[in-house]
Amino acid sequence: MITWIKGGDIIDPRLGTQKKLDILISKGRIEKLLTPGSFQPPGGGEVKTVDASGMFVTPGLIDMHVHFREPGEEYKETIASGSTAAAAGGFTAVACMPNTNPVNDSRSVTEFVLERARKANVVRLYPVAAISKGQKGESLTEFGDLKRAGAVAVSDDGRPVTSSELMRRAIEYARFFQLPVISHCQDLSLSSEGVMHEGSISTRLGLSGIPAATEEIMVVRDILLAKLTGYPVHIAHVSTEGSVAFIRRAKGEGIPVTAETAPHYFSLDHTAVIGYDTNAKMYPPLRESKDVDAIKRGLSEGVIDVIATDHAPHSPLEKDVEFDKASFGIIGLQTALPLTLDLVREGVMDLPGAIAKLSCNPAAILNTKGGVIEEGKEADLTIIDLNKEYVFTEERIKSKSHNSPFIGVKMKGIAVLTMVKGRIVWESNELNPGS
Amino acid sequence: MYTFNHKNLLGIDQLSVGDINMILDTADAFLEISSRDIKKAPTLRGKSIVNFFYEPSARTKASFEMAAKRLSADTLSLSANESSMVKGETLIDTAQNLQAMNPDIIVLRHPSSGAPHFLAKHLEAGVINAGDGMHEHPSQALLDLFTIRKKKGRIKGLRVVIIGDIAHSRVAGSDIRALKKMGAEVTVSGPPTMIPTDVESLGTQVVSDPTRALKGKDVIMMLRIQLERQSGILFPSLREYSNFFGLNKELLKGAKKDVIIMHPGPINRGVEITWDVADGPFSVILDQVSNGVAIRMALLYLLIGGE
Ligand SMILES: [Zn+2]
Ligand SMILES: [Zn+2]
Repeated sequence: MITWIKGGDIIDPRLGTQKKLDILISKGRIEKLLTPGSFQPPGGGEVKTVDASGMFVTPGLIDMHVHFREPGEEYKETIASGSTAAAAGGFTAVACMPNTNPVNDSRSVTEFVLERARKANVVRLYPVAAISKGQKGESLTEFGDLKRAGAVAVSDDGRPVTSSELMRRAIEYARFFQLPVISHCQDLSLSSEGVMHEGSISTRLGLSGIPAATEEIMVVRDILLAKLTGYPVHIAHVSTEGSVAFIRRAKGEGIPVTAETAPHYFSLDHTAVIGYDTNAKMYPPLRESKDVDAIKRGLSEGVIDVIATDHAPHSPLEKDVEFDKASFGIIGLQTALPLTLDLVREGVMDLPGAIAKLSCNPAAILNTKGGVIEEGKEADLTIIDLNKEYVFTEERIKSKSHNSPFIGVKMKGIAVLTMVKGRIVWESNELNPGS
Repeated sequence: MYTFNHKNLLGIDQLSVGDINMILDTADAFLEISSRDIKKAPTLRGKSIVNFFYEPSARTKASFEMAAKRLSADTLSLSANESSMVKGETLIDTAQNLQAMNPDIIVLRHPSSGAPHFLAKHLEAGVINAGDGMHEHPSQALLDLFTIRKKKGRIKGLRVVIIGDIAHSRVAGSDIRALKKMGAEVTVSGPPTMIPTDVESLGTQVVSDPTRALKGKDVIMMLRIQLERQSGILFPSLREYSNFFGLNKELLKGAKKDVIIMHPGPINRGVEITWDVADGPFSVILDQVSNGVAIRMALLYLLIGGE
């Protein structure tokens, strides 16, 4: 059976180009890229045609930072429900952070997670293993065994490594196994009671603050450790003007550091907390408009390499409570694409540039497949309708949890079809009818 | 005639200047009841008021209870140790249980900023914020305005300094907003560790040194030092605090001759204010207490007495 995607504009994020090409897919791989009109389907019905005219076809999107809560908190999200949300958001692969219960700090948990993903059979799942046993920040996990089990990177996301010594050794040790190290930057001692960004709004609302320095101190530490060890560190969820400046400078000096931000850091600022909306509570917190501007500049100048969601599902049990008692985090898989496309419309990035931050860049950092549309490669593809306008309603949410600050917000742009290894894992009824 | 159109009192921001004047004028009328032999009016007969205090607060609770009784309302007071909150009941459970009692209004004191806003969203009854976390304590600010107006004859144009732990004080949170709204000029003072980030965005200026801060001011408001904050991180010791930021006779020499001194209570005598100053001729601290009952009567009347 052959799948024929016809009439679409193909984005090549590595070359920064877009071109009208038809794609022929068979046995899970891209068999041929053809000039439109040159393919005549044979009779007999063994060709499935996907009409992508007016749409953009991109390499399958990769989200290198999600929390799927399995094992341990399946009432918030399972690997199956999270994978479905990912596919609906246009993602063909996700990297799952290790702060589950139990923590993914051993071969057995890594294998369990991969087994669940195989069962769900939706998107590719890349486990990120913990840096320290139990994420306690005391001793290293078995990086080698974890890598053999299928972990693609190490991180203590959610409960960051406080000890600089341990972080240094983790980076050095990771080098031997060529495992990427992802750092959640937070000086816990500087924000022990903080629940939102420290500034005029925290003062107005009487909420304890998390100063920008809480993040920046650790960004600088990890940059210096990358310099010391000569091995890359990837900075997760950058949210402040200062972090962008420090990373820009480090890159200028040739220090091996990469960085990601999340869509909420370029779409919202701390005023979203007014009214004590717990769906505007996450770590790092929503910052000020000057930080939002700096994040956009960082994306546009290539200081920030990746857009990742930090998809963090929570139930009403954790969110429908007093603001200071609420858990940190929001879901993001189904809003990342339209929010990123807003930046394209604003002129912050061109379309191939934006897609690069959602595909080939995270693939390069994680050293995984994907991020290209090339003959012979596995067919992980996303078809995007750039102009579809809709309100993001709760009914659209595929995740088990609904903790999003974007519910009720007008969006533009959507993934209409998501394909993993040639198999359609998500198809919206908004795709061209009659195809 | 001016109508007061609120179901809840969650914070000062929701009130207009007209609203505040109406509250103060109504309190004036109720102050008269408090001076009668029989201190009771039938105004709120048949209404029920729940005082729900998640934090110990003998004074504010007593003040609301007294206000409710003088207006003949039925009152029920719950505190955290009597409620199941301590056993892990969530605020939303509590809200549902309270709603089942069908009260007209709930007076809430809670350690989380925004808890009254949360409760108001989930309840049909009105909510009065009797202090939420480090956010607001609006009835305190209204009684402070009332006291100032009675002593000074006006609020507009007065110069007020608030001295102490501004960052953790809901009293300061409400007083700054209320005073600014009514046209006073507000300065805050205290150790820099206790001045909140971007407090200027509330329209105040910061003068850390109290000696300079109280010069030329018509009103000095002292804040209570919360003894539980003595971790050694915000200030080294009570002794040093009172030496540099406490109000004493010596410091008062630099103040205006007709200054008034306020304190929301309870006082830590010898810490933020010395005995002689607290009991001295400039102090209006006891007036604040009796005015508090009148203000809370006015609030209850305006919020639920209209039907
Ligand atoms: Zn994190
Ligand atoms: Zn995370």
